[in-house]
Amino acid sequence: MSEMNKAMIEQYRNSFLSEVEANVEEGEWVKMCMQCGVCSGSCPLGKHWAHPPQEIFMMIRAGKRDEVLTSDSMWMCTSCYNCIVRCPRQLPITHIMHGLATYAKKLGLTPKNQPTAKFAEIFWNNMMKKGRVNELKLGLSLYFKDGFGPGIKEALRNKDLGMKMMKAKRMAASEFFGGHGVKDVSGLQKMIKKAQELEDARMKKFD
Amino acid sequence: MTEVVATNQTILVVGGGISGMTAALEAAETGAQVVLVEKRPYLGGRVSQLYKYFPKLCHPTCGLEINQRRAKMNPNLTIITGAEVSKVEGEAGNYTATVKLTPTYVNDNCTACGECAKAVEAEFDDEYNYGLSKRKGAYLPHVMAHPMKYVLDPSIIGTDDAQKAKDACKYDAIDLDDTEKEIQFPAGAIVWATGWKPYDAAKIQPYGYDRFENVITNVEFERMADPKGPTGGKIVRPSDGKEAKNVAFIQCAGSRDRNHLYHCSRICCMASLKQTHYVVDAYGDDAQVSIYYIDIRAIDRFEDFYQTVKDMDNVKFIKSKVASITRGEDDNPCLNGVDTEGYHRYANEHDLVVLATGMEPSVSIDSFPVDVEINREGFIEPAEKNGGVFAAGCASDALDVNRAVQSATGAALKAIQVVNRVARAEG
Ligand SMILES: Cc1cc2nc3c(=O)[nH]c(=O)nc-3n(C[C@H](O)[C@H](O)[C@H](O)COP(=O)(O)OP(=O)(O)OC[C@H]3O[C@@H](n4cnc5c(N)ncnc54)[C@H](O)[C@@H]3O)c2cc1C
Ligand code: SF4
Ligand code: SF4
Ligand code: SF4
Ligand code: SF4
Repeated sequence: MSEMNKAMIEQYRNSFLSEVEANVEEGEWVKMCMQCGVCSGSCPLGKHWAHPPQEIFMMIRAGKRDEVLTSDSMWMCTSCYNCIVRCPRQLPITHIMHGLATYAKKLGLTPKNQPTAKFAEIFWNNMMKKGRVNELKLGLSLYFKDGFGPGIKEALRNKDLGMKMMKAKRMAASEFFGGHGVKDVSGLQKMIKKAQELEDARMKKFD
Repeated sequence: MTEVVATNQTILVVGGGISGMTAALEAAETGAQVVLVEKRPYLGGRVSQLYKYFPKLCHPTCGLEINQRRAKMNPNLTIITGAEVSKVEGEAGNYTATVKLTPTYVNDNCTACGECAKAVEAEFDDEYNYGLSKRKGAYLPHVMAHPMKYVLDPSIIGTDDAQKAKDACKYDAIDLDDTEKEIQFPAGAIVWATGWKPYDAAKIQPYGYDRFENVITNVEFERMADPKGPTGGKIVRPSDGKEAKNVAFIQCAGSRDRNHLYHCSRICCMASLKQTHYVVDAYGDDAQVSIYYIDIRAIDRFEDFYQTVKDMDNVKFIKSKVASITRGEDDNPCLNGVDTEGYHRYANEHDLVVLATGMEPSVSIDSFPVDVEINREGFIEPAEKNGGVFAAGCASDALDVNRAVQSATGAALKAIQVVNRVARAEG
């Protein structure tokens, strides 16, 4: 168990919902779910997962922290947006699913050998080396944007870093660049590190 | 009927549904002068298209008949049908209403003998039955219509049918030169009772209302259950006319949904519970009813009604908003979704599916003929700004008949207070 995970459990011993609201991207929407089931019924992949989105949201409210964070369900989301389009309460379901995945990863709770998680990690590491990814396909960029981007997105909200990060994101998302790296790789790495620190600091602030 | 005697002590009631009729009668029976303006050629509004009322399962015609009798007896009440209020200007105690009169081409000589209908040939969708049947171009809007007068469809004017109808009439009741007219008259206070319309089910694209014949709406189902309706009261599948014994209801079809109507329409849970009775009454033990719901909202004393239906052996409640409908075998609609009690994925086929569509205000926010406070859902809010205009019934909110009538009585009282003030001021 990572240090951070231990700290989080202490802080939120009784309320997984508060933890999700504080630390998961769009987590504050979870309580708006009225358990109608349309998202689960509309999800083209849901039948292959342990828990469809509606059930994940109920489990969060029921305080099933371990079951949720170690689940592979949110890793299976393909960002098709079917659920978002249909949700009568307009919950940003896709973003919450990716937010949960990111959070689980941060806490070191990702299921072992989960292929999407693994792929995301390779992708991230690949990109962090030179600041650019080879042969970036549209699908990859989409995945990057929603599945692994929250760290970057958080930094974007930070006013000082905002402009520079925007640049970095554009470069990362572009499929035109080959094997070149960015001009200042170590600068980028520092920037991301700083962004991660800022995000971690923000998380601890909530209690 | 183009002469309207009215003053700024007159109460104008807009809409002759159950709410408008109630407000008009309550006010007129206290001695106030009332003009009731109704867009359709007959009074009663949407309740005249219901088969039975919850919770008592009595017939709406009964209450409507009493109101019509009260209306006939009251000299203070002027009723104009086929008339739409298109503009209201002024302020409390001093309004001018502009009313558009739609020609019906039939005058008060009509005895409802029906000869004109026999003579004409062209047929049209019958709006009274929500298009489930056809009617002629000369027709009685429905068997209980008040006033009991035939109407000519404007699209037969100028065709052979128009002349045939006129030739068939022995009472000189048909005037083919009738035209649209606009009249203006004063009023001191206004009761706004323009009611509701069913939410357009075709907009809920995944339910395929416009693709699957055996997916219908709850208002259509009311007509189907009515022995005077398009199927003679038989509950059947539109695709092949076969008996529909396995019937599913989908609750909140369009309501409580930010992509459609924000509000809970309040009556559709009760409407589906009532319509479950229709199915069980028709097919007894052979009936199979499934109600797909988010939660059942059978408010206050309706709880008993819900319990009675819940206790029926052949009725199933499935806690789930259906995600989509696909075509099953034999034109059966197949309902797909995940239930909330166990998160089981289902794909259930039924003979017939009834969408419990909600109510939206009949007047669109963008074209309100009078300057009043309107909320996000399109209903009129009580507000200072409304002056002497008071909303009644479903123009104010999604209400059942009982609550609509209560709100109408309240609106009538407020209108009376305004015209009484005018009367005192004028001495
Ligand atoms: C499927 C279904 C089943 C239902 N069953 C029941 C039940 O069993 N029991 C129950 O209590 N309730 C029931 N209801 C609710 C009931 O229908 C309403 O409460 C009732 O119709 C409200 O009456 P209203 O007079 O306010 O509106 P309406 O009936 O809509 O009347 C409004 C009238 O105003 C007229 N109008 C509109 N605009 C203008 C204009 N500009 N100028 C002049 N006239 C105009 C319209 O033509 C109409 O006649 C049901 C509703 C649905 C959808
Ligand atoms: S569609 Fe929206 S409200 Fe319904 S269960 Fe899913 S998240 Fe909850
Ligand atoms: S966006 Fe993800 S959760 Fe939503 S329907 Fe698509 S795959 Fe399912
Ligand atoms: S218009 Fe003439 S023919 Fe038609 S029903 Fe009335 S009286 Fe009879
Ligand atoms: S009354 Fe029932 S079916 Fe109608 S909108 Fe409300 S909850 Fe849904």
